Amino acid sequence: MKIAFEINGRAVEWEAAPEEKALELLRRKGFKSVKWGCGEGDCGACTILLDGRAVRACLLLAFQLQGRRVTTAEALSPPGKLHPLQQAFLDEGAVQCGYCTPGMLLSALALLEEKPSPTEDDVREALDGNLCRCTGYQKILQAVLEASRRMRP
Amino acid sequence: MKRRFREVGRSVNKLDGMDLLHGAAVFCEDLLPADCLHARLLTSPHAHARIKSIDASAAESLPGVVAVLHHGNVPRIMRTTAGQGAPEPSPYDFTTFDNKVRFVGDRVAAVAAETPDIAERALSLIKVEYEVLPAVFDPIKALEPGAPVVHDEPDARAVIPVVYEPRRNLAAQVSMQVGDPQGALAQAEVKLEAEYRCHYAQHVPIETHIALAIPLASGRLHIITSTQVPFHVRRIVAQALGEPERNLRVTKPRIGGGFGAKQEVLIEDVVAWLARRTGRPVFLRLSRAEEFLSRTRHPMILRLKAGARRDGTLTAIDMDIVSNTGAYGSHGLTVACNCGSKTLPLYRWEHIRFKADVAYTNLPVGGAYRGYGATQAAFALEIHLDDMARELGMDPVELRLRNLIRRGETSPVFQALGEGSEGVEQSIESIGLERCLRLGARAIGWGKKRKNTTGYLRRGLGMACLMQGSSIPRVDMGAASIKLNEDGSFNLLVGATDLGTGSDTVLAQIAAETLGVETEKIVVLSSDTDLTPFDVGAYASSTTYLSGQAVRKAAAQAAAQIRRVAARLLDCQPSRIRLEDGRAHAPGGRSLTFSQVAHHSLYQHDQHQIAGFASHISHKSPPPFSAHFAEVEVDTRTGLVRVIKYVAAVDCGTAINPKQAQGQIEGAVLNGLSYALCEEYLFDERGRMRNGSLHEYKIFCTRDLPRIETILVPTYEPTGPYGAKSVSEICINGPLPVISNAIMDAVGVRLRQSPYTPERVLAALDQKRGDG
Repeated sequence: MKIAFEINGRAVEWEAAPEEKALELLRRKGFKSVKWGCGEGDCGACTILLDGRAVRACLLLAFQLQGRRVTTAEALSPPGKLHPLQQAFLDEGAVQCGYCTPGMLLSALALLEEKPSPTEDDVREALDGNLCRCTGYQKILQAVLEASRRMRP
Repeated sequence: MKRRFREVGRSVNKLDGMDLLHGAAVFCEDLLPADCLHARLLTSPHAHARIKSIDASAAESLPGVVAVLHHGNVPRIMRTTAGQGAPEPSPYDFTTFDNKVRFVGDRVAAVAAETPDIAERALSLIKVEYEVLPAVFDPIKALEPGAPVVHDEPDARAVIPVVYEPRRNLAAQVSMQVGDPQGALAQAEVKLEAEYRCHYAQHVPIETHIALAIPLASGRLHIITSTQVPFHVRRIVAQALGEPERNLRVTKPRIGGGFGAKQEVLIEDVVAWLARRTGRPVFLRLSRAEEFLSRTRHPMILRLKAGARRDGTLTAIDMDIVSNTGAYGSHGLTVACNCGSKTLPLYRWEHIRFKADVAYTNLPVGGAYRGYGATQAAFALEIHLDDMARELGMDPVELRLRNLIRRGETSPVFQALGEGSEGVEQSIESIGLERCLRLGARAIGWGKKRKNTTGYLRRGLGMACLMQGSSIPRVDMGAASIKLNEDGSFNLLVGATDLGTGSDTVLAQIAAETLGVETEKIVVLSSDTDLTPFDVGAYASSTTYLSGQAVRKAAAQAAAQIRRVAARLLDCQPSRIRLEDGRAHAPGGRSLTFSQVAHHSLYQHDQHQIAGFASHISHKSPPPFSAHFAEVEVDTRTGLVRVIKYVAAVDCGTAINPKQAQGQIEGAVLNGLSYALCEEYLFDERGRMRNGSLHEYKIFCTRDLPRIETILVPTYEPTGPYGAKSVSEICINGPLPVISNAIMDAVGVRLRQSPYTPERVLAALDQKRGDG
């Protein structure tokens, strides 16, 4: 079946099998920032934004993207440049292996768009579905709070 | 010792951060060729069974299936999956496909098909007839006469001279004795005896085990795999295929976490065999459920006896361990050795007995997991000392201070316990543990009155001391090469394996410090068996300490060559040339940029490549030290333990990159807390794991994070690069004992079995109330 939607600001119409997951379609089309970590919606590595809300691409069927606006980590900044949120992750040491990072960034972005000055508890709540086994989360929380300071007008 | 460095000690941003933050295609799964086949594994539903027959014909005739492999069509070559130096200290008790299965989840067959779905469907079409055998799940029962024999095959064997008696399920045994522990314990003024049990756990890297094998037209096989040990992968896959190493190229891309799980050469043999059989690229990724059954932390039963004088002098220790290695002996011996060698030297015992039996059972397989035995033994020892302090009426910090090993001292344990053989004697040349204890105690408010000590929420404090090692002395080797480019940058090629730890950045800082350039001028490649020199890989806390020293030596060679070229151009002695800020400075203010030196040496006169190449082994394994403190709040109605604050004060020598060192500490502490409080394998009566998913096996998330304060206590280790020791493993060992000690302080119940789930804490409280 053909599915028409918007990805990172670009209108696309892609062929997908009825049982194909959004995660599989996006990766097949080259959006490699969307990571597989469990396939059961538990780890958050496949987080994407659907109309600005953080969702798990491994639980969505491809056809559920029809008519929606999808954002992946590729949209954050062009190669060689960093979005202030990415820069804060780098500066704070919030990246170790980097496998959970794209999903973390998108959950954080969704939060900052809704709440430009979040509290630490807000950040904990927004990221609680994104598992990280390397960092211990502390530097990730610091990075999101630091980004919110840097992004404020 | 205060030393001034420019690049070392600077919190440089991760050099691979840009790629990772863009979600670039840098992980194994991002690199699949278009015509790639997908592999799936058929695993055993039985804990112990002989395979009477396999009929794969229906699976093979399913359209889209390209190959089905099992013990009937792949040769039997006994080996180990443990990615260790050769000959390995782990027994040869494994072959790619066996005619027997030894735990629920053991490998039976593998399918390669055009799509993952077809491969999955093909699995259900493979007909396997099993002869189910009695199984054994309790490691103590496994060692008793008459227990089912997990490895009854005649070709299972040890390849180094060690105790290995599979007929009685003894996968390994290690023991040592110093002085007269029995006599000393019998006569001790104060003695304490207790048993401790710690549990199964999985590393839970967010990227599971993943591997890809691509056959090349030349006949070679290119394996791209998420591994900590690319060179061991090459050797062990060559062994599994019965081919020479030259046929294989192993590339490590970026790794989505390993923590020891990927020190195992676990699935590369399957993709290699399938690629050989089909002539096509083959990809295999373990599902999350399969990952839980890949490799684990060895659960252990530890019996401790300790003796002390009334004045608080510790005199004797007896540590007796039964370790459960599950169905295969991977890392069984060496993890057990580390139980003694990475805990007992902390204190100045005169009399020591250490013994560990490693038992085969029909449960999931142990392996390397961050902490590597020190985690299990520190759990028992540091709780034991907490109780000993209580017996003595002494402050636990005071008891440690009184008995700690000091600078210039040695421990007989270093000599007695190695990695499956004798150890290497060493004296301690750097130790900041006393300072760790004092700073940590101050940060947690040790000795101060706690709030909320009435009502149903009770607060308490706990602490522990820790050590680890830095590389395996006289065994581990790391090598590096470095070359100068026209723009004054350098390519640094290392076999050392950055698995997310940031070692590429740390090694670049060491090179930059040596060469007098900015770290950002170093371009790092790790690791590829065709391109980079050998390194044993990322394990045993070795990369910064060991591979870092190889990098420093290689960079020093390149620096000497830069001086020679510059000296000729600036007309002075090479020894007078000083390298700084990417320039070669002669006395009197004249200088050349590295770019000018490179152009001269590559294009203009006496042309040659300025480059260095060096290997390094260590004759020591200097321990990092750490003191941990925690404040907890126990809800006496529910048994829930909440960590309010956690303090880790760490002596890792020089922290080459303080921000990254902190990241290692925070990550290890949180993993340790998660292990201490909620992670647990649940098995049914048939040995099946009942909670093999991330919604049933809970790991800590952002909401569970307590306040973690890290304190770096600098020391200078003379045998390490710019004074560095290791930092990655040590801090995972703290939470198990520290939290038990804090619970004891808060509510007066002692938990000697982990994890400290609300059920377990409540049961202990109920028992106390009943006794009371």
